Amino acid sequence: MDANIKLKNELVDDTQTGLKTLQGNSTADMEQEIGATIGQQFVDKPKMQARNVDVFYGEKQAIFDVNMDFGEHEVVALIGPSGCGKTTFLRCLNRMNDTIPICKVTGDISLDGEDIHSKAMDPVLLRARVGMVFQKPNPFPKSVYDNVAYGARLHGLASNKAELDEIVTTSLQRAGLFDEVKDRLQEPGTGLSGGQQQRLCIARTIAVSPEVILMDEPASALDPIATAIIEELIDELRQNYTIAIVTHSMQQAARVSQRTAYFHLGKLVEIGETNQIFTNPQHELTENYITGRFG
Amino acid sequence: MDNELNLTHHISHRFNEELEEVRSNVMAMGGLVEKQVADGIKALLTSDTEIAEAVASSDFEVNAMEVAIDEQCTQILARRQPAASDLRLLVTIIKTITDLERIGDEAEKLGHIAVKLSDKNASSSQFVELRHLGEHVKTMLHESLDAFARMDVNDALRTIESDKLVNEEFESIMRQLITRMMEDPREIKNTLRVSWCARALERIGDHAKNVCENVVYLVKGKDIRHTSLDKMREELI
Repeated sequence: MDANIKLKNELVDDTQTGLKTLQGNSTADMEQEIGATIGQQFVDKPKMQARNVDVFYGEKQAIFDVNMDFGEHEVVALIGPSGCGKTTFLRCLNRMNDTIPICKVTGDISLDGEDIHSKAMDPVLLRARVGMVFQKPNPFPKSVYDNVAYGARLHGLASNKAELDEIVTTSLQRAGLFDEVKDRLQEPGTGLSGGQQQRLCIARTIAVSPEVILMDEPASALDPIATAIIEELIDELRQNYTIAIVTHSMQQAARVSQRTAYFHLGKLVEIGETNQIFTNPQHELTENYITGRFG
Repeated sequence: MDNELNLTHHISHRFNEELEEVRSNVMAMGGLVEKQVADGIKALLTSDTEIAEAVASSDFEVNAMEVAIDEQCTQILARRQPAASDLRLLVTIIKTITDLERIGDEAEKLGHIAVKLSDKNASSSQFVELRHLGEHVKTMLHESLDAFARMDVNDALRTIESDKLVNEEFESIMRQLITRMMEDPREIKNTLRVSWCARALERIGDHAKNVCENVVYLVKGKDIRHTSLDKMREELI
């Protein structure tokens, strides 16, 4: 299957799952008082800013008035129950939702102060600046080398083979994969293990020199060792990038992020320093979620 | 968020049971320690050697409970990876049982000294000063355990406040004991022993205060150790 079609199908699948969960929420739940967002929504040096963001799937509203910043060199974890809108919100940040016809995003999202929805903003270039790593490792059915070189070629980042080699090598090194695959760069990327494939996808994302990396449950399909390697990598990548990560693992959010945002029924309930969220959350819904209690 | 913690209502019933069990074990340990302290004071004031010896030799029970509760907490931490109020509860318990064990040690000391004082036929009038301090400390310990059981910040703050009185009383007893030693040097040995008892009681007050500080951390998520009472109130109320 063509890689782009596969990617799009996965997105539609994810969206349908999200929609089903959303529709499953009872009216009583929806009426539950959540109130205004609690905590540190804004930072001194924002890389991306979201203001009054609403998202609709057709008639159904999935995200309600989200306001928050993603700072430079920080990892922000987005947590919340299934269908709470965290993935939908993440996808707004590089306009991945544009690929879903019934999806409408309102409000302002900016990258370095530049409106990502402005006519001047080319979505393809935006997605090069704001890269994405998905839940399931989705290497293209190409060689390891071509997987990483694909984006660099598309965006014309290398003028000759030597430069492209350099980009591929550096990206694989940064993703912590080079030593494991240096002797099989021409073998198919799909032949790697799950953890290696995910790091290959991260290398592919890094290869186009993004400024922000969005990760949607990047380690949920991996074993604990592969997960630890990915988490270590996230921590290293933070030195150069802004990272937003959606995760269902509380421990993972606690381990890798500097700030954590809790979403519930499409609203940003609470956001704050990860240390504080996991030891002393201020909102009862956050407390109930991270301690595994009934709401 | 509501200040009253709801420690049950986890989706996992087993987790609820585990937390409930460890909490009730702490309260049982608290009860045991409270009895030890009461017996230690009683032995001292009544020169009852039987009670004194029982207190002096019963510390092993408290120690065993400390080890068992510690082990329970370690297992819950490893298996459940608790967060937020659950995490604070376990941290509070681990700290609290250390304080309770040390209170047990102080009670044991009271027992040993009571045995020695009764050997020397010291008259109970010599340590009448301790009666008041002892009552004060017993109340303080009881209230601190109550504050833990009810997770009540106001009770905890009131008990912390009463530690000041215990300290003042201790200072006053020490002054009286020094005067007595100066007046009658033959009594120095026994008077020193009484002063060690006063010191042990004062330390029990300090540990009870620590328990209350732990309760505040558990309920409010704020570490109020090493802060003045005024600042505590300002931050918490």
